[in-house]
Amino acid sequence: MKRASIFRKALLVVVGLSAAIALLWFFANAGPLAPVEVTVQKAGAGAVAPQAFGIGVVEARRSYKIGPTTSGRLRAISVDVGDAVHPGQVLGEMDPVDLEAKIRSQEAAVASAEAGVVAAEFAILELVARKEHAEKQSVRYEQLSRASTVSAEVMETKRQEMAVAEAAHKAGVASLGATRQNLMRAREELAALKEQKDNLKLVVGIEGLVVARRAEPGTTVVAGEPVLEVIDPSSIWINVRFDQIASGGLREGLPAQIVLRSRPNEVFAGKVTRIEPLADTVTEELLAKVVFDTLPEPLPPIGELGEVTVGLGADQRGIIIPNAALHSSAARPSVWVERDGKLRLAPVRVGAQGLDGTVQILDGLEPDAKVVVHSHRPLTGSERLRVVDIVSGGTR
Amino acid sequence: MISLAGRDIAHSRGKFFSTGVGLGLLIAVTLSMAGIYRGMVDDAMVLLDNSGADLWAVQKDTLGPYAEPSSVRDDLYRGLLSVPGVARAANATYLTMQVRVGGRDVRSMVVGIEPGASMAPGQPRYLVAGRHITRGHYEAVADAASGFALGDKLRIRRDEYKVVGLTRRMVSSNGDPMVFIPLKDAQRAQFRKDSDALWQERRRAGADPERTAAGQVRSAENFKAEQAANPYVNAVLVQLRPGADPDQVANHIRRWHRLQVFTRAEMEKILVGKMIATSARQIAMFLVILAVVSAAIVAFIIYTLTTGKIREIAVLKLIGTRNRTIVGMILQQAVALGLIGFFVGKIVATLWAPVFPKYVLLLHGDAVRGLIATILICLLASVISIRLALRVDPAEAIGG
Repeated sequence: MKRASIFRKALLVVVGLSAAIALLWFFANAGPLAPVEVTVQKAGAGAVAPQAFGIGVVEARRSYKIGPTTSGRLRAISVDVGDAVHPGQVLGEMDPVDLEAKIRSQEAAVASAEAGVVAAEFAILELVARKEHAEKQSVRYEQLSRASTVSAEVMETKRQEMAVAEAAHKAGVASLGATRQNLMRAREELAALKEQKDNLKLVVGIEGLVVARRAEPGTTVVAGEPVLEVIDPSSIWINVRFDQIASGGLREGLPAQIVLRSRPNEVFAGKVTRIEPLADTVTEELLAKVVFDTLPEPLPPIGELGEVTVGLGADQRGIIIPNAALHSSAARPSVWVERDGKLRLAPVRVGAQGLDGTVQILDGLEPDAKVVVHSHRPLTGSERLRVVDIVSGGTR
Repeated sequence: MISLAGRDIAHSRGKFFSTGVGLGLLIAVTLSMAGIYRGMVDDAMVLLDNSGADLWAVQKDTLGPYAEPSSVRDDLYRGLLSVPGVARAANATYLTMQVRVGGRDVRSMVVGIEPGASMAPGQPRYLVAGRHITRGHYEAVADAASGFALGDKLRIRRDEYKVVGLTRRMVSSNGDPMVFIPLKDAQRAQFRKDSDALWQERRRAGADPERTAAGQVRSAENFKAEQAANPYVNAVLVQLRPGADPDQVANHIRRWHRLQVFTRAEMEKILVGKMIATSARQIAMFLVILAVVSAAIVAFIIYTLTTGKIREIAVLKLIGTRNRTIVGMILQQAVALGLIGFFVGKIVATLWAPVFPKYVLLLHGDAVRGLIATILICLLASVISIRLALRVDPAEAIGG
């Protein structure tokens, strides 16, 4: 009886104690008193590939706006958007209005001038004949006069006839010159009118692609207004905007990777061809042009969005940690260093940063220091830690 | 000396413990309710903690950015950087919206932050997985409560964002998980219209004779560009140099930059005193009722336990037991019941707290207060039982 009672008491004590221990263990490991789960990583030597990331719009480097040089009405357009065009091809024509009639009238004027020249030439022949006759008469009467067979009066008359015939001949020659000039003028005017007619044609000067048709036949357009827009497809590039803060070292010739919005799983190679000397002060971005190494097939539409990643030169070697380990709560960037379960906040100086989330530490960390990367709560330095592979909540 | 209370409990172990567990569940509900209230307040506080800001500069005459809409130009922060005492200043945007991933959507607060490890205020303070945002566009860090996983593609407006990092306890004052995206994307997302709306806007612009008059073609182009641009943010978060006086800096900015500025203390007042005031009072009211009901039920249970033992008490009295012993027995039983109830309640509340959709914060202080309250209520409740027990006529043991 007594034995059983002692045994029972002992059992009660054991049960009570184990219950108390279980309770203590429970409160120490669940709820607010539990140790903080962290993941820890050694700050190893490695390399950060500094990269710049920007987005941009596909643009044509050279685009040609084709329109009339004089105001008028559009008569015809023979190409549409998407058509390929060749140098010298006539793409459209302006309405010549009365130009045709003017040309015909001028042609008539040329013909009339030509006839005038012929008439003048024949007139010269007649004058030459007259002049020669007058000269011969004059010589003959000269001899007769010396023999005193004709009167001095008659002699005077023949001399005067000869002078008149000479003058008439000279006048005829001059008149022929004038009619020839007249013919030349008429011909030049005709040529000018034809030139004008040619100028009404809209002609392209390059191998290109029509991207816009801004007016239809019948539309009145003013001088200089573009009717068609033609681009040189081989000149397609991307006008990229890079955040100024992460674009140090960006320069011409750097290789780039381009991802187009319509083709997210394809990466195109390219390179930076120009950094614009003017940056955008409002958006705090740098502008750069990136060209494709080989043009994508089919061509991306002008205006499509693209993402561009540019490698900014050589890898930066040094102590490397993940950027999740950096904390900004203190006045300087700092990391939590774990040693033997104790935490220490180490201020660091940050160097290059990679797009993959790695960060180069310039000083403040010795190699092989264990830095806390992920944690279940913000750390204060005094908590108990439980080092895990994946912090709960981070598994999902 | 044998323990009268212990003997009595041992006599009806099952009944006593099941009563204790039942009481424990009731206490668990009360503790959880307290936790829900604390969680609400804590949600508001972590919102402020997580922003990492000492001052919030917002649009004049607003209570922004959390309690009221506010918009300021995004280049104002440069001016604020020149104010004495200011260490860092960064733009931030806040937009509560449904974030889509796959076929489902999650109510989230989309926060626009300056990307890169520039350590600007507004960044998520710690991560549970993945990394911080490094690209200036189309990357996101999400709160784990959103259920998003690393590598998920989120859809915000027309753009897709890749989840590169997960964080914890980054919530809005409503408890909605935060999704951090780069500032420029957030600015666009905030004001971005869908494609249809843009087309309609352009058509309206085309119908405006002022814009389509001869020689105004450029202005129509500019109008289209204006439609897509958004140079506004909701707030500028300001971090002070160590030792700087927040009120002094705030006054300087108010006076010379013509902005509304809130210090941490003022922001707490706005969030706790204005934003969550009604719902918090609602929960607090319910907590009070629950506590009163729990107390009443504890009292009834102890009273019934005692009335069930009237005959035994009469026998005890008959055999000459002292009143002190009887009172001790009742008190010990009441306190034991309270302790069992409290511990069961505390364990249950701790276990089910993480299952709640919103944050439940169980404070040590609340637990200790709960324990004291439980013991006190048990002691008070036993007073009635003691009065009953002391008035028992020993004759009842033989009679009736």
